[in-house]
Amino acid sequence: MSATFEVDIEGVGVWSPELPNWDAARTALCGIVKAAADPPARPAPTLLPPTERRRAPEAVLLAIEVAQQACAMAGREPGELAHVFASAYGDLAVNDYLCATLARAPLEVSPTRFHNSVHNAPAGYWAIATGCMRSSTAISAGAATFGAGLLEAALFAHSESAPVLLAAYDVAAVGPLQDAIACRSRFAAALVLAPRSARAHARLRLRAHANAAELAPSATLLQASHRDNPAARCLPLLAALARRESGVLQVAAGSSAGLEVEISF
Amino acid sequence: MLPAEWADWESRNHRLAWLGLNQDGFRERALAAIARYGASRIALILGTSTSSMGETERAYRELEADGHFDAAQSRRHAHAPHMLTEFVQAALGTRGPSMTISTACSSSAKVFASAERLLRAGLADAAIVGGVDTLCGSVAYGFNSLELVSRERCRPFDVDRSGLSLGEAAGFALLERVDADKAAPRLVGYGESADAHHMSAPHPQGLGAELALTDALARAGLAPSGVDYVNLHGTASRHNDEVEAALIARTFPATTLASSTKGWTGHTLGAAGIVEAVIALLAIERGLVPGTLNTQTLDPACGPQIQIDNREREVRVALSNSFGFGGNNCCLAFAAGVGA
Repeated sequence: MSATFEVDIEGVGVWSPELPNWDAARTALCGIVKAAADPPARPAPTLLPPTERRRAPEAVLLAIEVAQQACAMAGREPGELAHVFASAYGDLAVNDYLCATLARAPLEVSPTRFHNSVHNAPAGYWAIATGCMRSSTAISAGAATFGAGLLEAALFAHSESAPVLLAAYDVAAVGPLQDAIACRSRFAAALVLAPRSARAHARLRLRAHANAAELAPSATLLQASHRDNPAARCLPLLAALARRESGVLQVAAGSSAGLEVEISF
Repeated sequence: MLPAEWADWESRNHRLAWLGLNQDGFRERALAAIARYGASRIALILGTSTSSMGETERAYRELEADGHFDAAQSRRHAHAPHMLTEFVQAALGTRGPSMTISTACSSSAKVFASAERLLRAGLADAAIVGGVDTLCGSVAYGFNSLELVSRERCRPFDVDRSGLSLGEAAGFALLERVDADKAAPRLVGYGESADAHHMSAPHPQGLGAELALTDALARAGLAPSGVDYVNLHGTASRHNDEVEAALIARTFPATTLASSTKGWTGHTLGAAGIVEAVIALLAIERGLVPGTLNTQTLDPACGPQIQIDNREREVRVALSNSFGFGGNNCCLAFAAGVGA
């Protein structure tokens, strides 16, 4: 059975130190180089109360920032959207803290840092901040994390006939973990997907593909600086969106499986 | 022990995954499905909470003098959540869509929902689902820091319960479309929801859990009275059991039986979903409703549904509840096959 299905893109969010939102990303992906005047150290999503914003781990801030941006662009109430949060590595800073503390003084492990270490911590904080009680999923799929997240989210929108939020994020490895994990940058992006939407910015037609072909690397500086960040594997799709270029992209959705994504406007 | 060619995968979690794959003829059944449908038509979706993080913890305990991982640890496939699924994929040879769901203690329940959507849309012809979680320092000391671990064997729903017992498990299931074997037990519904309340405490009225339960019943086309058995999340923590007992008491008639099996297994965290799905399926197959081990006196919040002792009775429909940190809920509904 060869299955094809369609979803529409209603909203996009992006955050990296050089691209704090979709407008900046769109300009950069269209080839217009414009250095950020004052690159922000961390995102500051207004959805979180100020105290939470100060205390929240970086991975949570990145994920919530792009999720909030995408919902705003889609004109969707965040609390009404089922969501899929995708990250290859999760919160590497909290992992470094836990492993270092366990090696030194295990009884000093902080309960808050422990519950922040679950892979679904950003999804949990998002649900709490937005009052969202719908399906909340957190996934990981190595280098194919973005594609697996896109498949999970798009399939949810298609089979449940409901809008869905996808947020992909990965942060830099710190401490000794750098010896095992190559990710050195911070990048997050989000999409609001819906079946047949009047508010569509683009339509995606997805099909399972036998080979895990990588997205064709384009020579942008942006991709070079996020080469090892699994969340940034969405950049070729974002570039097609920014340039409004119809075409077919290959996205890995498993270590040996792919998605063929046809984008049209 | 892992076969020698997998030395770079060495970790407690992968060893338990390998043990689980080799139980009850599962690996042979999975390989037969791969041969039948083709490797690229088999999806692989596994749940875990900490995956092989125990190995990362060990690498930190055994850092070289210069503060770096030793060479073997730098090379080891054990330092990211998806490594569980990559290991099982390498062991079985599936080539379809694959991913790891990591939503704490609901992880390996939600794998059934994601797999059902893939099968329904025709993106795969079969799916291997499951979950594996093993004890590691962050779990042991983390739950300890939250004061959720009992000093005795856990006593779910007991009036004097004092917290959970940690456990470890691996479990797998092979899902195919109903037409492949009409007599096989089937997944008839599922519900997924969030509490939107707190990172490590359940919603006080169990609203998120209720949404998941209601959705599972609606998808299955079932009234509460059509449910014979509910395998409860029942961790034996004060809050979980109080909220879940009230939910069961207000939802089901006395003819629906319910129990927590964590007295036998401990709380296997990211593997709890698959372990308890298997127990629900066994209840259907064997006509045995397991009781609630270690529990002596039920909390007054419990309705007549919750059973301390094992009971023999026909089970046509069984549910399984799984709730996790982050307020993440999943309820699965299983039914006996046709003619079974």
